[in-house]
Amino acid sequence: MKNFLPYIVTLAILSSCSIVVNAQCKGFAKKLCKLELTGYVHDGNYHAAILTEGEEAELYKTFYSGQNYRLAICGSEALPPIEYQVVDSYRNVLFDNKQHSMNSTWDFKLESSQQLKILVKVPVSEKKTEFPSSGCVAIMFGFQDK
Amino acid sequence: MRQFYFNLRLVNLIVLLGLFLLNDSCKSGKRNQEGKEVGLEDFLTEEDIFDDIDKAKKIFYSLPSPLETAMLIKSAGASYNETVLNDLNNVEKYSTNKSKALNLGIYTTDLSFACLFDQAQTSLKYMDATRQLATEMGISDAIDEETMRRLEQNLNNRDVVMDIISETFLNSSSYLKENDQQEVAAIVLVGGWLEGLYIGTQMVGSGPTKGNKLVDRIAEQKLSFSIVERMLQDNKKNQLGEENRDIVELINELHSLKSAFANIEVQTSAIKVEDEDSSHVTLLKSQTKINVTPEAFAELKTAVKTLRNNYVQ
Repeated sequence: MKNFLPYIVTLAILSSCSIVVNAQCKGFAKKLCKLELTGYVHDGNYHAAILTEGEEAELYKTFYSGQNYRLAICGSEALPPIEYQVVDSYRNVLFDNKQHSMNSTWDFKLESSQQLKILVKVPVSEKKTEFPSSGCVAIMFGFQDK
Repeated sequence: MRQFYFNLRLVNLIVLLGLFLLNDSCKSGKRNQEGKEVGLEDFLTEEDIFDDIDKAKKIFYSLPSPLETAMLIKSAGASYNETVLNDLNNVEKYSTNKSKALNLGIYTTDLSFACLFDQAQTSLKYMDATRQLATEMGISDAIDEETMRRLEQNLNNRDVVMDIISETFLNSSSYLKENDQQEVAAIVLVGGWLEGLYIGTQMVGSGPTKGNKLVDRIAEQKLSFSIVERMLQDNKKNQLGEENRDIVELINELHSLKSAFANIEVQTSAIKVEDEDSSHVTLLKSQTKINVTPEAFAELKTAVKTLRNNYVQ
């Protein structure tokens, strides 16, 4: 048992670090990214993760006609501005924030309901650093009460 | 000799650390099995020094939340009927993790439905039921005393009540996802979505299905059902490769719903993007063909009712 003690201690420290980082991600989504939805009602769903420069994420969601939506994609300070695209099931790119001054939000409505895919990428920073940066990325949706 | 043992333990420790980090990266590295549909070529043009970073993608599946579900039912023309909501006395019956998770979702949709129809006292009672279930699931922080007090003080202010519901749902789902209980979070979402489907199908009158806005809204849930399936498949196994029995059960139970949706036709055309209007909202123009025969709707209604009633018992 004594021999395993260093391993247990190491695992406990690493696990607690992971919990702390996750808790920061939740706080980031709740306190900072949610502000981007001002004027809209946040749907309550939680989509956030720690991503590193160069990493990508995808989100699938059905959006319904007659609703006004706001999509907000935020990255924590340690990360460069987050790139994202919204595509339909025919692979058409509907929105690319690189064409819109790297906007973190996009407001849209649909004539008919559709399943869309959101592609997110943390670009690699131009600053030369020893290690790539990691940080929280949150994807949030708001809609308007009619 | 002591030095040798010290080195050996150090190597073991490094290996253990490597395994831990590998495990952590695998958590966020679930690949979409059908991810070949859309590439990220536009994002991958840069050549850089970080080329060796793992490009594995984190995949999220987003279902309509209880609040959005209730909004969709209301905007499709449904009226308020309290008798379709899950009985508050049932809250004492749920003893398994699966039934607690499903009914946390179910009660949250009921709460959202009551809130959107300005049913202040009912909203308060349903918030209390969700709080009880959340506490039993170890998520007592999601709905604390302060939340209840804020709700009581703002019962007649729908905007504030919606904000409270949104925040409590965010609290519980973030807690579950960040404490390696993604599969429980998925079950909560399925419960909430199913309750929306139940309320919607119960609200449809005896008139024709063609041209009925609420029927069309319900049929469109076929699009979300495919996301339900993918989400559950993704959560079927934990990081050690062990099957989650609750998720496997749920997948099997949803077969009746899959069969019912198979008889409903929903086809969508490609989208044309129309420039932003004066309020900076982009319009996505497309068409959806929906075909629901009265028989197909009846089959779906029965399948939903059977499933939902099994879960609330």
